[in-house]
Amino acid sequence: MSEPVDLPAMITKRFKEPLEFLGGVALLAKDTVKELRTRPFYGSLLIDQIYLVGVKSLPLVLITALSTGMVMALQYGLGLEKFGGKPYVPRLVASTILREMGPVFTSLMLAARVGAGMASEIGSMVVTQQIDAIRALGTSPIKKIVIPRVLACLIVLPLLVSIANLVGNFGGLMVGSSELNLDAQFYFRRVLETSNLKDYIAGFGKTFFFAIFIAMPSCYFGLTVKNGTKEVGIATTKAVVTASLLILTGDFFLSKLFWVIEKWL
Amino acid sequence: MALIEVVNFEKSFGEKVIHRDVSFYVKKGECLGLVGGSGAGKSVILRSLIGLEKPDSGQILINGVDIVPFNEQQLVPIRKQVAYAFQGGALFDSMTVYENLAYPLRAHTELPETAIAEKIHLQLAEFGLEKSIHQYPGELSGGMQKRIGLARAVIMQPEIILYDEPTAGLDPYNTKKIQELILRLKAKGVTAILVTHDIPTAMAVCDKFAFLKDKVIAEQGTIDQLKTRNDSLIQKFIEGNIL
Repeated sequence: MSEPVDLPAMITKRFKEPLEFLGGVALLAKDTVKELRTRPFYGSLLIDQIYLVGVKSLPLVLITALSTGMVMALQYGLGLEKFGGKPYVPRLVASTILREMGPVFTSLMLAARVGAGMASEIGSMVVTQQIDAIRALGTSPIKKIVIPRVLACLIVLPLLVSIANLVGNFGGLMVGSSELNLDAQFYFRRVLETSNLKDYIAGFGKTFFFAIFIAMPSCYFGLTVKNGTKEVGIATTKAVVTASLLILTGDFFLSKLFWVIEKWL
Repeated sequence: MALIEVVNFEKSFGEKVIHRDVSFYVKKGECLGLVGGSGAGKSVILRSLIGLEKPDSGQILINGVDIVPFNEQQLVPIRKQVAYAFQGGALFDSMTVYENLAYPLRAHTELPETAIAEKIHLQLAEFGLEKSIHQYPGELSGGMQKRIGLARAVIMQPEIILYDEPTAGLDPYNTKKIQELILRLKAKGVTAILVTHDIPTAMAVCDKFAFLKDKVIAEQGTIDQLKTRNDSLIQKFIEGNIL
């Protein structure tokens, strides 16, 4: 005879990890906000992180943005050509990049590159007792480790997305003029005429949320590494997967939110 | 009066009971050797003394103050007073030796950079490590990392030092160096607890011992007191056999 199913135990087991994650990140966020308001402030660590997160990610972001803009212009152009809709390509490419592709693709690239780096670095610091040493020396790992990384993402991601938006549109313009036979000046003028501040803000506003989606899970998974170096790899994978999922699923709700805000304005 | 007092300390990790009703004390200027087999939970007690772990029940009194209920903020003054020398040094690998030693000074003092530099140079000279000042931890040997970890731990001139396996994995030269440093700090009146498997070092530096066995302190006392006990573990220890 089969054993009776222990439903509460099964449910607990299934939801334990996600609930622990939500609770852990909420507590980490609370401590981060609390400690942001107290001294000391490690300015040099913030500058280091801005360099690591921003400057070091720039080539990856530029390549991603350029190829995204080029592919989108090509696909829209080929698809709309049949209906005589090629002149709409600049508007469509610009709007899609500003609202969605720029922020989402840049954030996903950053989640992969920076999120993995943060989780593995912090996890290694846990394994080698460096986090314990920070505490034992009467200082705070939140201040020294978490705050510089969160602030760096909040400062750098909007800037990277702004650059990605420009480069993506430039990629569209290149393909528009070379492959779709659209005049470069016409393309450029159409982008300026048809794009508006709302397009830009709808995408730009999301970047602050995406920055949190990258930095907080990465720090959380790094700090909760327990049993040696094997877990560092697991934490790194979890950080990247979680950040990517939060960006992709969060994007829908944030798009909806900004849509509502636009209607009010 | 005891400077460190552990009363009815109990600790479990999940289902696994690590300690049951552990009690001991250390007077000012004394060095206690906390010994026992691997996995006996020696480091758990040491970590709890500085608030890195919380006991399930019991008291940990530092200078008569129970630190168990303290949060991270309340523990800061205790951590300035109690230094922890980590097993592997636990140096910040993104910082040079100088930066590692400057870290607690910058965090807890208002000293100008020139005074910090002077203090660091003096400290490294005392530990015989002046030449490593601009090196990164990754460029140093394990023994040097441990000595620099110890130098960083004591740069704030703490009242108490907790040594977690300070000589583990070291060659005889570095073991001797660490032993000398511990004795030098002891001569300055620093109170200490030493967790170790290295019996010669423990014999050389400790005034008394506490033996952890089967989750409790099986015996404690000075070497002369312990010689009278019949326990085979203690006799092995006195004879210098590895625990």
